[in-house]
Amino acid sequence: MNDQIDAAENGLSLEARDVAVTFTSRGGAVATALDGVDLSVRSGEIVALVGESGSGKTTLARALAGLQPTTGGEVLVDGEPMGRRGRELKALRRRVQMVLQDPAGALNPRHTVYDSVAEGIRLHGLARGADRTEERMVADALSAAGLRPPERLFLRYPHELSGGQRQRVLIAGALALQPQLLIADEPVSSLDASIRGEVLALLLRLRAELGLGVLVVTHDLGLAWNIADRTAVMYLGRIVEAGPTEELLTNPQHPYTKALLSVVPETDRVEPVVLQGEIPDPTRIPGGCRFHPRCPELASGAAAAAGVDVDCRRALLPVLPASGGCACHLVAARQSVPS
Amino acid sequence: MSDLLRIEDLSVTYATQEGPVPAVRGVTLGVDRGEVLGIAGESGCGKSTLASTILRLQPASATVDGRVLMDGEDVVTMRWGDLRTLRWAGASIVFQGALHSLNAVRRVGQQIAEPIRLHEPGVGDAEVDRRVGELLEQVGLPAARAKAYPHQLSGGQRQRVMIAMALACRPDLVIADEPTTALDVMVQAQVLDVLTTLVREAGLGMIFISHDLAVLAEVSDRIAVMYAGRVVEQGPANLVFTDPLHPYAAALGASFPRVGDPAARYAPAGLAGDPPDLRSLPAGCSFAPRCPRAVDACTAAEPVLELKRPTRAAACIRVGES
Repeated sequence: MNDQIDAAENGLSLEARDVAVTFTSRGGAVATALDGVDLSVRSGEIVALVGESGSGKTTLARALAGLQPTTGGEVLVDGEPMGRRGRELKALRRRVQMVLQDPAGALNPRHTVYDSVAEGIRLHGLARGADRTEERMVADALSAAGLRPPERLFLRYPHELSGGQRQRVLIAGALALQPQLLIADEPVSSLDASIRGEVLALLLRLRAELGLGVLVVTHDLGLAWNIADRTAVMYLGRIVEAGPTEELLTNPQHPYTKALLSVVPETDRVEPVVLQGEIPDPTRIPGGCRFHPRCPELASGAAAAAGVDVDCRRALLPVLPASGGCACHLVAARQSVPS
Repeated sequence: MSDLLRIEDLSVTYATQEGPVPAVRGVTLGVDRGEVLGIAGESGCGKSTLASTILRLQPASATVDGRVLMDGEDVVTMRWGDLRTLRWAGASIVFQGALHSLNAVRRVGQQIAEPIRLHEPGVGDAEVDRRVGELLEQVGLPAARAKAYPHQLSGGQRQRVMIAMALACRPDLVIADEPTTALDVMVQAQVLDVLTTLVREAGLGMIFISHDLAVLAEVSDRIAVMYAGRVVEQGPANLVFTDPLHPYAAALGASFPRVGDPAARYAPAGLAGDPPDLRSLPAGCSFAPRCPRAVDACTAAEPVLELKRPTRAAACIRVGES
């Protein structure tokens, strides 16, 4: 389906290659938010980046959008290294739009819906000629985001809108720039349950009608199941498992993915594996496999039985390629043994 | 019959400049010791107003009708002194957003100790410290964390502190208002474990409020689904989730898909439209304008919550039609 999009004309591909981002605190401690990540997303496809708070998923999304300078590796835009000059970044930001979580906080409470949506059009000087007036572009963007008739909303303020409407206004603000990719950070986590499906359906419709690509950052596996073609699972600055959503979520390989899936409330097929503790501090990433201190397979002795327990504690794992796979010593050992 | 808490025909109306807002309209519910009642619903359905009214914490602009009986005593008309004892010692609330509910400049141990010192002034310092440590361990935190400030804790740990605080005066009833909404799935699973263990081991009664029916089905014995201030369905938790009667309960359940369900793949389920404006409720059933099963008769009169199956009630004229 991705091949139908004419990459030269409408399409855009973003690719992270071995991207690293570190932050240094005032005390001198170095926090490694991203520790070598490969991930690609292009027009026409929906990719879900899943992980818990502190996994680095938002940092990766910001790096792909050109909002976060990388300290290692590179981000490729249509195969070329991302330009860092102001003009290049401005052009990129029109093509790649970010939709933030918490629409109540992301909209200026003193701007009308019209002004909020028109802001990007004005910044990029996109309105020109009689058939591309600013008003027309704002109206089109609002309709595309499912706010119809758009004129009725022009003069409303954010506090007069429902949560779902506010999220649509944010999406309209992104669509007004006719982007090729949307990067949506937890687009529905602050919305009511019944509104959630509507906003997700909108993302699917935008992909079908405009050939948009979407990278959706979320901690919600149900969301990935609802809309994503591919899913990547992050843990402590690395992607630990990635692949087609159907395969990844119905037949997970990595112990972390398995544990995450087992605690999704309505999954009654499997015994929940509630991991103890939380993601470790990114200033002290464990050696070997970074998941080993919490890994149920290591704790249960399964890793030792397969003879990989020393590797789990000591041997670094290679960065997963953008095409997907599973970064786990135990899975690798089991796959190399012909069954 | 529920002895611990009985809410009878409760209505709460807020007076606002734009006119009265009926937030809760004729709700009857009960919770017993050792039981978890789940309340499901979205923004504006009245679930949080209901929760605060149980402890008479509703704002002064609210008018309350009906009865809230805690161990047979009516909270609505209770004397101030009795109410003070009731709060914390009889029943306590765990609010969502633990970051904002904790005092940022006091150690969490002091904050957990505060209700104990207020309600049991005779208890000595050593005993208070011991109980704070015990409470922290009960919610799965090391006793030494009493010395931490809220910013030194993660979101999940702060929520555990909130739960420890709610348990400080050994209440009979704990009301948890969206206690896991801001948490990651793994941390949510940990917190749900803590809460359900407490109910089981300490024989508490609990009201668990959430918009996520799947979470409620996991922790609750019974679920009441609220819409526009009324209970529209009530019954055993697993049945309300897996085989809902009211179309709104069905929509709410479907909005969080089951991972692996082919029907949900590329098909997120949602409800068109927004919840009604409580100031000008639609005629008849308040859900009718968004209801996929609505017929003309739905707008004629507001349906009553009535038994449709032996243990299950729903307020919908289309349920049980032949």
